[in-house]
Amino acid sequence: MNALDTVILLLLAAITYGTPLLYGTLGEILTEKSGNLNLGVEGILFMGGAFGLGGVYYLEKFAGTPSGLVAILVALLCAFLAGAAASLIFCFLTTTLRANQNVTGLALAIFGTGVGQFAGEMMRVRAGSYVTVSNELKDFFIASPFPQFLKDIPYLGQLIFGNSWFFYLGVVLAIGMHLFLKKTRKGLYLRAVGENPGTADSAGINVTRYKYLATVIGGGISAIGGVVYIVTTAGCTWNNEGLSGVGWLAVALVIFCLWRPLSALWGSVLFGALMILYMRLQLSFVPTELYKILPYVVTVIVLIISSLRNNKEKQPPASLGLAYFREDR
Amino acid sequence: MDEKTKTPLLRLAKRSSFPKPAAWAIRVGSILFALLLGCVAILLTGNSPFKAYATMINGALGSKVYLQQTVKKAVPLLGCALAIAPCFKMRFWNIGAEGQITAGALAATFVARTFTGKLPSLPLLLLMAAGAILGGGLWALIPAFFKAKWNTNETLFTLMMNYIIIGVVAWLQAGPWEAQQGRIAQFDASAQLPKVLGVHCGWIIVLVLVLLVHIYMRHTKQGYEIAVIGDSMRTAQYAGMNVGRIMMRTMFLSGAISGLVGFIIAAGANHTLAKEIAGGVGFTSITVAWLSQLNAFAMIAISMMLGILTKGADTLQTAMSVPAAISDIIIGLLLFCMLGCEFFINYRLILRKKTGKGGAAV
Repeated sequence: MNALDTVILLLLAAITYGTPLLYGTLGEILTEKSGNLNLGVEGILFMGGAFGLGGVYYLEKFAGTPSGLVAILVALLCAFLAGAAASLIFCFLTTTLRANQNVTGLALAIFGTGVGQFAGEMMRVRAGSYVTVSNELKDFFIASPFPQFLKDIPYLGQLIFGNSWFFYLGVVLAIGMHLFLKKTRKGLYLRAVGENPGTADSAGINVTRYKYLATVIGGGISAIGGVVYIVTTAGCTWNNEGLSGVGWLAVALVIFCLWRPLSALWGSVLFGALMILYMRLQLSFVPTELYKILPYVVTVIVLIISSLRNNKEKQPPASLGLAYFREDR
Repeated sequence: MDEKTKTPLLRLAKRSSFPKPAAWAIRVGSILFALLLGCVAILLTGNSPFKAYATMINGALGSKVYLQQTVKKAVPLLGCALAIAPCFKMRFWNIGAEGQITAGALAATFVARTFTGKLPSLPLLLLMAAGAILGGGLWALIPAFFKAKWNTNETLFTLMMNYIIIGVVAWLQAGPWEAQQGRIAQFDASAQLPKVLGVHCGWIIVLVLVLLVHIYMRHTKQGYEIAVIGDSMRTAQYAGMNVGRIMMRTMFLSGAISGLVGFIIAAGANHTLAKEIAGGVGFTSITVAWLSQLNAFAMIAISMMLGILTKGADTLQTAMSVPAAISDIIIGLLLFCMLGCEFFINYRLILRKKTGKGGAAV
């Protein structure tokens, strides 16, 4: 195998491992644009993973093997609803009941992890063995939606057309979110709410509604990352520890991407690469266990660098993490 | 717009004062409400909630041995909550206690491996504790330094530090320090904490810490500085406080206490080091700290309550095959309810009056 093939294989694996991060990050970007800092992404991903897998598993169990696209839709929908419900708790507590966002987010991380593991375990106990789906579906989940001749294009074919449905959906979502935030009036209003809710409120924008919608939809999108992780990289089986850390990386990635959906595309692939580098590019002088902490070390470096630059364009939404109470204005 | 201004159905007003007993009644009520919500999860498993809670309580408090195990679970939670309290008081979101525990345990293990056989038990244990305090403190100081210097996001920084130090322990465990099958050798008897009343003496250490932290937070100048920064960073700066220095000092202290907890777990409970040594204590203790309103004495009760919950959930898993993750769910629900109930303590809901013509203007 020559060097170029190695790089292409590495990139393909990086995209596979980066796709869950992409959803997690996109969802959190939308949430944070409304000024809500939801630290519960870790828990949301666990819930999305468990409920998404559960949806497909029970669909197949009771209605026979569905067509691949139906299975994908069910997985996405179940995960989305689970994440939306979790974020609704967060938003209710922080926006309506005015609880501290940091602590509420951490509570959601604990709660969501618990619910995900609980649901996963319950499915396992009920089934009496590992919960998994048929091989047909497993293959479909990691198959590319494009015809073979496109994938046969030398070098670039696999790279551009050889990824899973979930990746292309994520790309569409990222572009859509970019256009929404930058080109539509509603997107402008949302950004205004995140920057200065007081001003937005005076301009007649319903701050509460925007916060709720952005947080709930954002949480749903993040949750999709959980199920994508389970069905593309974890072989469609539930594993209590499999998802741990992915949600937190997604939160860090939001900062790395400077709250830009399009940057999330390459950012997630880069972090995907960091996650699997120890398997693909073994270095004899670096022990595996130390190699595995690479993404976290890089995240720390990224955090430091992004705090060093003092550019007005590259800042978080101004009211991020702060509660808005009309009466306190 | 209509000529008549509409009065909303519900209005809010800040309460100027609220009797303390009533506030605590609301809090206890919200705990009960959370336990009630926990019933839903238990019902989903097809078990009776009463039986499940009874099993949990019996499994946690039913016999002397069970009680000792429960206390063993509560000790690190209490110690670590005491560590987190000063940071959270300062509105410095240290969620790296998990890593600071691990760093402390790592340092203690290093001391134990180096000096076992060369020192008698008591000096060895004291040296291990000192090492753990230094290890945990320095590990916490890194993110604090960057926060103080360049305002680097401390939430994510401290979090990432967890994974990094756990990775280092995983490496030591499988490589340089490996004794057999990916495990580090058990500590020598001289490097183990003695038992008092059937539980390692860590419980005495944390109870002393409760007193010390309480005095530090309420009755010292440094504790006051922490409170001022937490209330308003600008006030602190205006008053001439060196905010960065105070942040670093507080984080060192917090990491040091977490490190000491790591020492207690390693030398008292596990008698060895493993990458799972913190086992989620660093995260759960955030709950303890917050539920107790950062009050050191309340933490004793809350950590015991969570100790009962986690020990009870273990029993529940073996007795009724309810996944032990139920404890995380109930802990999460507890936090949600406690966070939510503060609203009803701080604000008054005012219903629109029926007769009002135009209503009272805000």
